[in-house]
Amino acid sequence: MVVSKEEIMHIAKLADLNIQENEIDEYAKNLQDILNFVDVLNNVNTDGVEETMGVISNSNVFRKDEIKEFANRDVLLANAPEQEDGMFKIPKVI
Amino acid sequence: MSREDYEIVIGLEVHSELSTKTKIFCSCPTEFGGEPNTHCCPVCMAMPGTLPVLNEKVVEYAIKAGLATNCEIASISKNDRKNYFYPDLPKAYQISQYDMPLCEHGYIEIEVNGEKKKIGLTRIHIEEDAGKLNHDDYGRGSLVDLNRAGVPLIEIVSEPDLRSSEEVDLYLKKLKSILEYIEVSDCKMQEGSLRADVNVSVRKKGQKEFGTRTEMKNMNSFRSIVRAIDYEAERQIEVLEDGGKIDQETLRWDDVSGKTFPMRDKEDAQDYRYFPDPDLVAIKISEEMKENIRKSLPEMPESRKERYINEYKLPEYDSNILISSKYFSDLFEGATKICNNPKSVSNWIMTDITKELNEKELEPSDIPFTAEELGKLVVLIDKGTISSSIAKKVLDEMFKEPRDPQKIIEEKGWVQISDEGAIKEIVLKIIEANPQSVADFKAGKDKAVGFLVGQAMKETKGKANPQMLNKMFIEELKK
Repeated sequence: MVVSKEEIMHIAKLADLNIQENEIDEYAKNLQDILNFVDVLNNVNTDGVEETMGVISNSNVFRKDEIKEFANRDVLLANAPEQEDGMFKIPKVI
Repeated sequence: MSREDYEIVIGLEVHSELSTKTKIFCSCPTEFGGEPNTHCCPVCMAMPGTLPVLNEKVVEYAIKAGLATNCEIASISKNDRKNYFYPDLPKAYQISQYDMPLCEHGYIEIEVNGEKKKIGLTRIHIEEDAGKLNHDDYGRGSLVDLNRAGVPLIEIVSEPDLRSSEEVDLYLKKLKSILEYIEVSDCKMQEGSLRADVNVSVRKKGQKEFGTRTEMKNMNSFRSIVRAIDYEAERQIEVLEDGGKIDQETLRWDDVSGKTFPMRDKEDAQDYRYFPDPDLVAIKISEEMKENIRKSLPEMPESRKERYINEYKLPEYDSNILISSKYFSDLFEGATKICNNPKSVSNWIMTDITKELNEKELEPSDIPFTAEELGKLVVLIDKGTISSSIAKKVLDEMFKEPRDPQKIIEEKGWVQISDEGAIKEIVLKIIEANPQSVADFKAGKDKAVGFLVGQAMKETKGKANPQMLNKMFIEELKK
């Protein structure tokens, strides 16, 4: 599988990255390397190996439905570049 | 070709906020409202290094919803990340479920023109809600409130089995009532706890393939949904009739103009790049867990209806209205327990209470008084303490400021006069003041009694017991 220029641009857009024309080849090469590696993994013989859902074999890690209030809005908002009325202020969204 | 040659095909994705106490992945309260960003913590605000832990009630409630809608419950399930950028989504991904939802292959039965129809459910999955964007006073920026971010939702996806806006309305009402009965969501439309994405397409009758669909997102009123579907189907038919083709796109319904408008740039075709959330582990549902939840399901509306018809001898029509909302049904049963007069309670709910709700554009869940208070009101009528016209005034009062009806009539001095001595005094006074009516009665005009009773009621501002008045007038006049 070869990564096309269009795919690079599409992925960059989805990831909200600003990629310059002269960077495309480099990204394509890096992504290609990753895909090649995944290809190796895809070809490993996994006959008889049980399917897993992630690297952690645990299941059913739950929390009780009990309220614990954090109650410190100032701390939560402390790093906001701008705030107003206890809310994060951001550029206007239509 | 005309309108009649087309068939409308509708599928719905309904989002319903679960009524858990806390959010889906952290211990913040889910309570609606509250000062901005006060129901938040580092987890639901997506601070680096924080980790989600799944609320067990969310899993339980979703399975409950699945069992109540005839779904198969997965034995193993997981959470996935749905990636997109929007300022109300602090992590830039929503934790949802992709290929292994908790519930699949269910159905809901609706009754269309007296015939039962099954509407298939593709799936029910769990996910987190997003925050809310407010606008600042000067229109210079947007303000982000994350109180709602992380509130648990179930998304109920239907098959494209619906064929008219009327069927959609029936389906939504049925779904809402089921969720209320099993107490997993309070379904308050005004608070956005029930919202739907509506997919509409049209095709020529007899055609097998579906037409291209458009989607209207985040609709939170049944009335708007019905209007939007009718408008959009009409629009699509017109486009096709003019030889055009339908673009698959997301539309925005505008309630004021009654039209749909394209919402998103088509280049932004959805590409959410779902992948399993590595911060969360698998959810395994044992048979035992499933059975325990099944056992916890309350009596469903159909079974209540049977009981109303058989035990309480109510007509089917009345029973259908009572079970249409859990709040009506609970109110009915609770009040009947107190007064033992099911027919009267049912009448109050179907007439005066419904009228009041409609006038104020309220939902049954907004009824402010308790079943006990309604039951006591009926007892007061049945005992003859108040007349039914006074009872209506008491009910008004119960809507305004709910309290014990006995207290209301005492405070307002609305107690019916049933004391024989007092009634006699009034009767004699009215007889003396109306010699003509007395003469009429003696001349054989029985109707004169009605007039005298009316005068006595006027005199006592509706407080005298009309049956006693009637009896005593006849006694006195015959003397």
